[in-house]
Amino acid sequence: MDEIIRLENVSYAYEEDGPRAVEGLNLSFERGSFTAVLGHNGSGKSTMAKLMNGLFLPTEGRVTVDGMDTADEKYTWEIRKKAGMIFQNPDNQLVATVVTDDVAFGLENLGVPPAEMPERINWALKQAGMAEHAFKAPHLLSGGQKQRVAIAGVLAMRPEIIICDEATAMLDPQGRREVLSVMEKLNREQGITVIWITHFMEEAVRFSRLIVMDRGSVAMDGTPAEVFSDEEKLERMHLRLPVMARLSMKLRKENADIPLCLTAEDLAREAEKRWN
Amino acid sequence: MLDNFAFGQYYPGTSVFHRMDPRMKIILLILYIAGIFCAGTLPSFAVPLLFMVFSIHMAAVPLKMVFKSLKPLRFILIFTFVLNLFFLQGERVLLDLGFARITREGLVNAVLYALRLVFLVMGSSLLTLTTAPVPLTDGLERLLSPLKAIRFPAHEMAMMMTIALRFIPTLLEETDKIMKAQSARGADFESGNLIQRAKAMVPLLVPLFVSSFRRAGELAMAMEARCYHGGEGRTRLHVLKMARRDYIALALGIVMVALTVALSRLTAGLI
Repeated sequence: MDEIIRLENVSYAYEEDGPRAVEGLNLSFERGSFTAVLGHNGSGKSTMAKLMNGLFLPTEGRVTVDGMDTADEKYTWEIRKKAGMIFQNPDNQLVATVVTDDVAFGLENLGVPPAEMPERINWALKQAGMAEHAFKAPHLLSGGQKQRVAIAGVLAMRPEIIICDEATAMLDPQGRREVLSVMEKLNREQGITVIWITHFMEEAVRFSRLIVMDRGSVAMDGTPAEVFSDEEKLERMHLRLPVMARLSMKLRKENADIPLCLTAEDLAREAEKRWN
Repeated sequence: MLDNFAFGQYYPGTSVFHRMDPRMKIILLILYIAGIFCAGTLPSFAVPLLFMVFSIHMAAVPLKMVFKSLKPLRFILIFTFVLNLFFLQGERVLLDLGFARITREGLVNAVLYALRLVFLVMGSSLLTLTTAPVPLTDGLERLLSPLKAIRFPAHEMAMMMTIALRFIPTLLEETDKIMKAQSARGADFESGNLIQRAKAMVPLLVPLFVSSFRRAGELAMAMEARCYHGGEGRTRLHVLKMARRDYIALALGIVMVALTVALSRLTAGLI
């Protein structure tokens, strides 16, 4: 397994001697993987995200990104270039008054020669589906579009990992779909490792690996089918199954011969197979 | 609320003025201000006036837009005019009101000061009308960068201006939202005397301040996540380059100042 991020026995406290926001995390993420991190408010999922690109340094333990220790200052910028991050509030992460200038911000910080910039900016905007809005002012865009500008801004820096810290929490359903599809495409076509932090269970269905966090540590880790099959445990952590999963579980309890289904299409297919 | 917001009132276009290097436009504005303060007589104001007419023509900006910038200034204009009218007392009395006199010297002086203010504002707005905010701050940063030698934070200042410009609409929108939320719960921002109205602003300003601090914190983190580490080793997307038109403009600006000074000297005795 080719791992790109590794957390070894990581703990983090916001204040010295304060309570630990995350405690004893041991995790690794494979290169090119597509992972969702789920958890209730205060489960430590957001803290974990910020530990993975050196915004927070572990109080205890070690975080390495592609072999580089985040606590080592000489790697700080290299790590942040490699592991881009999208934040929750679309307004509070755009710096410039024009979309292209904002996408250029990261490149300017890296010291990329000006002659190379337009090509990289155009490519990034195209990938994020925002090419037609290149010269607009950010405050005239919708929430989903602003998040896609933020993705383009990170993408222009050619990262290998993109961490989305509840990137869809403030968006409407339309914006949520747009942003998630862009990330799916980037994972599939560009091989970018995606770590998607969310509390929307419906979104989690589309990932190949789910990590469920509870009170600062990992409570569950597996494929959606594995994680969703333990409904009781999820409920104890205040997480509800996606509607279709809940429906198929209910049918199972009523002794219907049906497997756990995560999407409406799956459930319809399974039902058709059996009862037609 | 956002519609009548005219600050940084960029008027998009492709005129020579729009395409000029922002640094040269700033230098030109400084030259122009020097010019209008060198004009000590009414006839010598013909030169800055002609220069302004020529510039507006070259910039292809509607006259209405340029004059609109004078509107918020009207009270200051009237105030300085009246003040200068009465306070400079010369020899030739035009009107004696008993308690105060209007003299010819006072009148000329008042007109000169009013004209200077008008041209100052028109010149500045011509700069903001033809220069988008980003090139403008870029130009300022680069003009001020020699001052880095004496530890003047040129890059930081330009960055702050860019962020301020970026967040003005966001904060306006938020103010609007908070105002509506407070009004819905019975707050009254429109009636009462000045003190009552100022007091009504407190529940508006407190949440606005709190959220601005939160925004600042989040933005700082987002900037760090995108490898921002100050002006050191930073490149820029927009490369500023002086072209022939910039040097022609500079020459014209210098000629304008020289002509104004000469005309001002020649006509000094006429009043």
